[in-house]
Amino acid sequence: MATVTAESSTSKPFVRVPTRRNQLSDRAVMNLFIWPTLILLIIFNFFPLFYSLYLSFTSYRATSPTAPVWVGIQNYTNILTDPDLWQAFTTSGRYVLFSVALQTVVGFGLALLVRGKFRGSGVVTTLILIPMMLSPVVVGLFWKLIYNPSFGFFNYAIPFINPAALDMIGSRFADIPVQYLALASVILVDVWMWSPFVMLLVLSGLNAIPDYLYEAAAIDRASSWFQFWRITVPQVMPLLLIAVLFRTIEALKSFDLVMGMTGGGPGNQTELIAVYLFRVAFQGQFRSGYASALAYIILIIVIAISNLYIRYLNQAKGEA
Amino acid sequence: MSSFAETGPRRPVTESIRVDKVSPGARATGAVRAVVVVLVALIMLIPIFVMLITAFKTRIDVTASPPKVFFQPTLEGIVLLFTNRAIAAPGRQEELRQLAREGKLNIFEQIALDSGQEITGASPYVGRIINSLLIAGISTALSVFLGVLAGYAFSRFSLPGKDDLLFFILSTRMLPAIVVTIPLFLMFRQVGLYDSHLGMILLYTVFNLSFAVWLMKGFFDEIPREYEEAALVDGYSRLETFRKIVLPQSLSGIAATTVFCLIFAWNEYAFALMMTSEKARTAPPSIPSMIGRGGVEWAAIAAGSLGFLIPVIIIVFALRKYLLRGVTFGAIRQ
Repeated sequence: MATVTAESSTSKPFVRVPTRRNQLSDRAVMNLFIWPTLILLIIFNFFPLFYSLYLSFTSYRATSPTAPVWVGIQNYTNILTDPDLWQAFTTSGRYVLFSVALQTVVGFGLALLVRGKFRGSGVVTTLILIPMMLSPVVVGLFWKLIYNPSFGFFNYAIPFINPAALDMIGSRFADIPVQYLALASVILVDVWMWSPFVMLLVLSGLNAIPDYLYEAAAIDRASSWFQFWRITVPQVMPLLLIAVLFRTIEALKSFDLVMGMTGGGPGNQTELIAVYLFRVAFQGQFRSGYASALAYIILIIVIAISNLYIRYLNQAKGEA
Repeated sequence: MSSFAETGPRRPVTESIRVDKVSPGARATGAVRAVVVVLVALIMLIPIFVMLITAFKTRIDVTASPPKVFFQPTLEGIVLLFTNRAIAAPGRQEELRQLAREGKLNIFEQIALDSGQEITGASPYVGRIINSLLIAGISTALSVFLGVLAGYAFSRFSLPGKDDLLFFILSTRMLPAIVVTIPLFLMFRQVGLYDSHLGMILLYTVFNLSFAVWLMKGFFDEIPREYEEAALVDGYSRLETFRKIVLPQSLSGIAATTVFCLIFAWNEYAFALMMTSEKARTAPPSIPSMIGRGGVEWAAIAAGSLGFLIPVIIIVFALRKYLLRGVTFGAIRQ
């Protein structure tokens, strides 16, 4: 880098007399650069969290004029004994489990598939990446149309069934309610949207594997199956783990997609935890105290997973 | 010494005779694979294709069962999306037809007339789009500006607890929107920021800020410090160095950050749904609510969604190089 310095100072001679006045020290510049950001984040994120921590110990409705009343841990005990909430947690758990697992498998498969270069492979890879950048609520809406039993394309793409009988969003087949059908249809869309994300991360992991590992394995006559499990998988693992953690966090928070597609219905079959929280906090009763307590429980879960995520992220960064 | 003409091959070499060339078998597998990849990509794009064709279907074609792939395209959906219409009385229709014959009606008015309607004005959706553009645009500018400053500071200066601060900044992005919204909703209502443009701009600025800081820090980390050190030695102040040496080198990074922030703000739904009602409502929460009026106007919804898709598709292609960085907060580079 010494050459760079010499070059820049000869080609562009900065002949200037240093003027010390009006110069800010590095420390002042740093404060000037960092504090506006920190202040905004504190006002809009930190402070609200403290406020809602307080609210979570009160009985308060945002629509009523009465001030919050301190009730201690009553909200928390109510939450832990509320069957609706456990239902929402279970639904979210199923959703996270299945959608992240499928995304991992599909994303990994896609990455292995598009790994080889051919003419135009860059464009094709980019095309596959489009879904994840779309607005989830808009995606949810147009999949609702695709799933429509009478004029959607989805049912006509499934062989051997009467297209008019299957109602994915309504969770019915031939007018008989089928459990999990609606949830499955949301999961399918989430997989469609986010498998490319896993693919993108795995792909960058695959590209970083040095060729000599495979060459050495080939010389030792390792089977391609053996190469896959002993070279490809371990080498890609750190990035795959990041992808899985990131998707887990996002799936736990999932809100937009369900709101666009099902609004939590039919009944409460697709009511994920964020949708349940939205209903409690903003629809009907505006139970702000109760909702704050619930929000805190979700927050703790998300922070725990984020912590893991960021730790792995730093690790991967150290290796790269 | 004999010349090439004497020792070289009689016929010019037109094909590769390299010993390490790819075997025909491997090449065939490669070709099959390429075809599979293209097929997979096409299958993944079917939903987007469905949206595209639905936007240009008439109301009757949209609800045809089985769904039509081939149809007579119309702009009816786009008219439904952007205008308010009223049923024109027979007399008025005759008048309008007269105007149409004279060529005094624009294309939208003619389409509306074909279904016996008259355009009475712009639909609320137009205002929502303008809100979306305003809020996304201004908040992006703000968060990129602040993100560039903070990203530079985090990249170049050492300060106690830097990693913890960076973690704090990132963790704000991990919070589920709904968790912060309950207290923010109460705060905003108290200070009169609920359903205001200013409130939404501030909210989206903060929403994108952590992302902008992390991404910009990554870009600054890649610029060698030596340039700045040389400039500092030559008597430039820290601020001048930043402006004249560092900023020009990070332009592509700033552009990528800007576009990502724009997409996130443009797509954002949860905050918009909970923090606005009418005045400052953006487009994403209003697309689903188009269902409410007189049956589901799928063509209009499709047209509205299409307006969301097209910019994003263009941007994805423009940002190809930076996508991985963008989705991992700048932590992983290709």
